[in-house]
Amino acid sequence: MSIKTMGTLKLLGALSAVALLAACADKPATTAAATGTGTTAMAPSIVPGSEEDLAKNVGDRVFFTFDKAALSSDSKATLDRQAAWLTKYASVNVQIAGNCDERGTEEYNIALGQRRANAARDYLVAKGAASARITTISYGKDRPSVMGSDETAWAKNRNAITSVK
Amino acid sequence: MLNRSDASMTNFCLGRRSLLAAGATSLLAVPLRGALAQTAPANPGAPSAVIDVDRARAAPIPIAIPALSGAGGDTERLGRDIAGVITNNLARSGLFRPIDQAGFIVSPTGNPGDLPNFQNWKAVGAQAVVTGKVESEGADKVRVEFRLWDVLPGTQIQGTAYTTTLSNWRRIAHIISDVIYERLLGEKGYFDTRIVYIAGSGPRDRRIKRLAIMDQDGENNRFLTDGTFMALTPRFHPTKDEIAFMSYANDRPRVYLFDLGTGRQQVLGDFHGITLSPRFSPDGSGVVMAQTDDAGSSIYAVDLASHHSRRLTDSGAIDVSPCYSPDGSQIVFNSDRDGDQQLYLMGADGSGVKRISFGKGRYATPVWSPRGDLVAFTRISGGLFSIGVMHPDGSGERILSESWYVEGPTFAPNGRVLMFWRETQGVGPRARGATAKLVSIDITGFNEREVTTPTDASDPAWSPLLS
Repeated sequence: MSIKTMGTLKLLGALSAVALLAACADKPATTAAATGTGTTAMAPSIVPGSEEDLAKNVGDRVFFTFDKAALSSDSKATLDRQAAWLTKYASVNVQIAGNCDERGTEEYNIALGQRRANAARDYLVAKGAASARITTISYGKDRPSVMGSDETAWAKNRNAITSVK
Repeated sequence: MLNRSDASMTNFCLGRRSLLAAGATSLLAVPLRGALAQTAPANPGAPSAVIDVDRARAAPIPIAIPALSGAGGDTERLGRDIAGVITNNLARSGLFRPIDQAGFIVSPTGNPGDLPNFQNWKAVGAQAVVTGKVESEGADKVRVEFRLWDVLPGTQIQGTAYTTTLSNWRRIAHIISDVIYERLLGEKGYFDTRIVYIAGSGPRDRRIKRLAIMDQDGENNRFLTDGTFMALTPRFHPTKDEIAFMSYANDRPRVYLFDLGTGRQQVLGDFHGITLSPRFSPDGSGVVMAQTDDAGSSIYAVDLASHHSRRLTDSGAIDVSPCYSPDGSQIVFNSDRDGDQQLYLMGADGSGVKRISFGKGRYATPVWSPRGDLVAFTRISGGLFSIGVMHPDGSGERILSESWYVEGPTFAPNGRVLMFWRETQGVGPRARGATAKLVSIDITGFNEREVTTPTDASDPAWSPLLS
């Protein structure tokens, strides 16, 4: 690689870093929500019982291993919090969307995503949430949370995401 | 098999189906007789350009396709364009070797009824030559005359005249291409066909997926949906201008029927779960598809007249991607009932389920060849995806193409060519440089070619022959 090319690459790197910072400044909530980890401290601007509340303070998604729909202990802990939250906000209805990574075939992945959404729903119902308040959908591999094409990205895209309906 | 004395008498039943651009256009074909058809072979014992597909793979037929003659203006341009489309079709098949026009000794002029100068065509290495002319028949009509000649014996193999509207000229070129394929190779071609596929655009986390249709050579592309909802997995009806596909309209993913004539979309059946992976039955009377349920998904057959549905599988696993055998008696499908994705066969009534894939890896998207002899599939193994074929009993597996990601084979109506899609791996958190393209390949694994589309493309389905 020539020095000139390297210089150009570095410059591009610097530019994209600036762009990312700008995006974060606009929407600080997005980054935190994507981590899926809940905290008990509630930011003052977040409306209790809202989608943002669910995403930031409860954890809106659970993750799966490759080609599986079994709930891990981490996933169950997140769903326990979701169940408690649903009890607290009894008028809120939710949709659970099952998703897959890009390393599977289209049609099978739609069924697999549905199986993941079902697994999350069944757990919430077992914990006392009314099944009538929960709808499910699968997007297969067509609505990835992150766009990368590596194992880190795929792990984030194998999920079931709960959102306020 | 080929009776050449009858060849020029052959008539063609055209316009049985008229998709989109072909619309209300009538297309008339009449056999050309003329004095030449009765001409005795100049050299009766000579070898012929007529061979079979297996031989043509090893030694593509050298064929000369000069511009069809015209009387200036539109007709002259059309003569060049028709010859160009024929040349492109035959070259892309891998079974013909169109000879560079720059090397032609004679420039074809005048009445195509004139006997070609076979010595000159022989000198440039042509075993077959196409001649013809284009005539205007009023404001919007053209008459296209076409003759196919066997150079070494010096005989006419075919002569047909087509009358149609000017805007329909590409179909004439495809029909002529199919006639050449059939006359020289002894089986039906696949050029007068269309591809329905999913056009992709926008960033991958907010991907817009639209239903699109085009001619098999990538021309006449049209988007059928506007992208307000996600469309997936389109499949052609065997005889009608209709597509079955999966739509995410109203966030309620279901299988829909799409009428190509009227643009009308109609949800198929009344199902509680997501319905997906539709395929028409060979006679067009029904659709077989999957519905998701608590444990995965099951396969259902839906009658199109009554919309009555019948459940065919109940495995407690994911059963998906069913496809009928050409005689309608069996269904091949994908299931993870044994732990991961494999291919299974059952009777059309759901009886006698039997696993057929036993190779290394996971198997998906089975599709039955219109010839009946092969099932094509996607295989995922060792971190790579591949497209392959096997016999319906699971024997004789062959991998045709392997890469980071390929999926979703569809057969040309003559069972000789597969189309599928290939994605390239993007780089970095935004997956820069990731692409999705359609690819065609001969079922022996040779002649792999990208199919040009205006946007990224996935999930192709090949139509039946339109004529």
